[in-house]
Amino acid sequence: MSDTTDVIIGLEIHCQLNTKTKLFCGCSTDYKNDGPNTHVCPVCLGLPGAMPMINRKAVEYGLKVARALNLEIPEEGEFSRKNYFYPDLPKGYQITMYDRPLAVKGYLEIEADDGTDKKVEITRIHLEEDPGKLVHVGGTARAHYTLVDYNRSGIPLIEIVTEPDLRSPKEARRFLTKLRATLEYLGVFDGEREGALRVDANISIRGSERVEIKNITSYKGVEKALTFEITRQKGMIRRGGKVVRETRHFQEARGITTSARSKETETDYRYFPEPDLCPLRVRDWAKEVVLPELPDARRDRFMAQYGISLNHARTLTGDLRLAEFYEALAAKTDPVLAATWTADTLLGELNYRDMPVTKVPLDHFADLVTLAGKDVITDRVAVDVLRTLLDAVMKGETPEMPGDYVRTQNLGKGDADAFAVVIDEVIAENEQAVADFRTGKNVALNFLVGQVMKKTRGKADPKEITPLIAARIAPEGGK
Amino acid sequence: MGKITFDAEDRWNAFVTLCRKAEHGDGPLAGVPVAVKDNISTAGIQTTCGSAILKDYVPPYDAYVVERLKAAGAAIVGKTNMDEFGMGTTTESSAFGPTTNPVDPTRVPGGSSGGSAAAVAAGMVDMALGTDTGGSIRCPAAFCGIVGLKPTYGRTSRYGLIAYANSLEGIGPMGRTVEDVSRLFAVIAGHDPRDATSLDRPYNHTPSAEIRGMRIGVPLEFFGEGVDPAVGKTVRAAIERFTDLGAEVVECSMPSMKYALAAYYVTCTSEASSNLARFDGVRYGPANDIIPSWHESYQEHRKTHFGKEVRRRIMLGTFALSAGYYGKYYAKAQAARQNVRDDFARLFADVDVVAGPTMPTTAFRLGEKTDPLSMYLADILTVPANLAGVPAISVPCGTVDGLPVGLQLIGRHCEEERIIDAAYAFEGVRA
Repeated sequence: MSDTTDVIIGLEIHCQLNTKTKLFCGCSTDYKNDGPNTHVCPVCLGLPGAMPMINRKAVEYGLKVARALNLEIPEEGEFSRKNYFYPDLPKGYQITMYDRPLAVKGYLEIEADDGTDKKVEITRIHLEEDPGKLVHVGGTARAHYTLVDYNRSGIPLIEIVTEPDLRSPKEARRFLTKLRATLEYLGVFDGEREGALRVDANISIRGSERVEIKNITSYKGVEKALTFEITRQKGMIRRGGKVVRETRHFQEARGITTSARSKETETDYRYFPEPDLCPLRVRDWAKEVVLPELPDARRDRFMAQYGISLNHARTLTGDLRLAEFYEALAAKTDPVLAATWTADTLLGELNYRDMPVTKVPLDHFADLVTLAGKDVITDRVAVDVLRTLLDAVMKGETPEMPGDYVRTQNLGKGDADAFAVVIDEVIAENEQAVADFRTGKNVALNFLVGQVMKKTRGKADPKEITPLIAARIAPEGGK
Repeated sequence: MGKITFDAEDRWNAFVTLCRKAEHGDGPLAGVPVAVKDNISTAGIQTTCGSAILKDYVPPYDAYVVERLKAAGAAIVGKTNMDEFGMGTTTESSAFGPTTNPVDPTRVPGGSSGGSAAAVAAGMVDMALGTDTGGSIRCPAAFCGIVGLKPTYGRTSRYGLIAYANSLEGIGPMGRTVEDVSRLFAVIAGHDPRDATSLDRPYNHTPSAEIRGMRIGVPLEFFGEGVDPAVGKTVRAAIERFTDLGAEVVECSMPSMKYALAAYYVTCTSEASSNLARFDGVRYGPANDIIPSWHESYQEHRKTHFGKEVRRRIMLGTFALSAGYYGKYYAKAQAARQNVRDDFARLFADVDVVAGPTMPTTAFRLGEKTDPLSMYLADILTVPANLAGVPAISVPCGTVDGLPVGLQLIGRHCEEERIIDAAYAFEGVRA
């Protein structure tokens, strides 16, 4: 049995829906540049007498997600109250959905660890309100008092619960990435927004108790926390210990999980139907919902329309902004080259700089791909030009168009004949390598090509100069 | 636009807050002094629900009905006393002391809208707003000898009404005459998008005494065990008058009454246990002392500032909703509630109005009801209308030993017009 097949992971994902107003009142959700408690009203402050009023857009968004994840939609969904005391919860209960969720039993198809397609089952999805946020002045440990900011109170959340179908932290990460892409394609979620995603992960090693890791706030965090837990749990089992069923917290900074010290008694949330809201007729409502093109459909279309490979198409459609960038690029230059340059080169450079694709100047990049495609510059020069371009953008400068830059810096690919002098020089300076080549060591040829590239600052095209060098130093009579 | 001086003397402790100088606008109620029960939010005026936990709480917004009152030109002259959070039948559980009955100051005015009823009965105001969860408008109307209407659930918006039991309660008018009640109802009824359970059924009816052909059903259960025979006799005599008015009176039966009270108390305490969770001392009301943990602070705050009856109902409701008991209590109560609805539906297929006493007895002596269960039993005749969400009006129909008796007329869903006509017609022939 491989190292990962006995790992069982299920996720509960909370995503903030990007509606303009809150779930039960008219307060704006766009508070990130404003001070605490500026986007509040009697409803989201839980003032006595205020009543919730359903945001129809949030329900519509929820139904879009339900349809996109292939869920069954019941005739009616209903809000319930989840009763518990906490200082960030202004009403003493959270309005959520309990026994009558928005939708049940669906799936999302992802790429499994072995490269095959795999359906991850979705148990249910439902809507609920976000509580406020506690601010411990001076840090959690040393704060003398705690402030409450209700700007977040009432932000619509969609909770998505999966079956324990995931078999590795990487699969969990891929699931989340695909889910994020799907939600972004639907236009209901902004993954860039701080705190927009919160994940609770259940993880167990087959035959042992399961552990819940609460409130992980990033995609990387999920993978890290799960990886840590597998090591911890397997180590414990190997040493003859027993994994205890418990809730753990993920310490993002330290990359570890710690026990949440389970309370003696389990909380009883005393759910009951929210009497201030009417049940939602979701089945009929869902019929009116129009779905946009989703990642898998776009992937297939990219392959058909642009003639690009499955791998490229999958990568390029894995993120909405990237897919949109690519489509705009493909309209300006050769689509296949555009795919290669975007998926194989640009993405790596962006990751390295932690830079979003939306910041890449499209015309510049299109120009660059065209230059490389027309063999005006070598691939190596093209990469250098790209790096210069991205660094300039990062610094807030206005970059030069690659075509102009190549001209002024004289980076255009030289005529192979023009490099004859350089080739002669390199041959003269590297007698040992020439000798090695002549005795059959082909790596020596690569070394010589590299030397020529170096002297020409990459302008020489290795494809062209390699046969030239080989011909010059070929052993007598050899061809 | 204008300003009135409200200088009536409050010898009954009918008000928690008096607004001696009250501004008003123009409209059908221009300058008319109106008292508002203290669980209805009024911007800038303390709103306490009769509880110490909301002492000095000044809402930043007006309830929908208050907006409507202001738009109609009414002058809000004060906030009336009530049982704490509406939990009572006597107005004795207020943190601001009991209200007394203007008819006999040794008696309770009924509750929980006892302050509103007393203010009207004493002649301090012509009309007042009350709220009715299980009889809280009709009981004090009956005990104080005034008219009180519990509207159809949703016909008045609850936005701004500090919730006690959301699925049962509503705001309604109280007045000395059916005409006043009708006038006030016309102002406050109507659709409010901020209350998801609000109905788009405005009211603009002029009471008419023409009720010939109306069929009035009298359920035997309304005259059963626990109903004071003298009260029963007075009400029966009153109902007989309808025959003179050309209506037809028929006997009928409401077997669901057997479980109505239990269904009511399980439902209202369950909802209350959740509604009152927000009173934690964090955002309003008296501030918490500094205590080691928020958990202890909540406990201390709620223990100190909630009264005994409120704490009792919170505990009952918390229990009824607990895991393992939900099915036994809350779910069963909802089933019993459906039986009450079905009973009314069956009755209303045959009759237009159901009639009976409002309360099984006349007003209690102050301090008489010490045992909560005997107090709960007094609600038996009023809770069915709340469980079914149908409208009901209490209109004075005589006295027993000098104390007022109320006749209750219950109507079909959204047929306030009919019970108002019946009450109006009765008022005209009342001895």
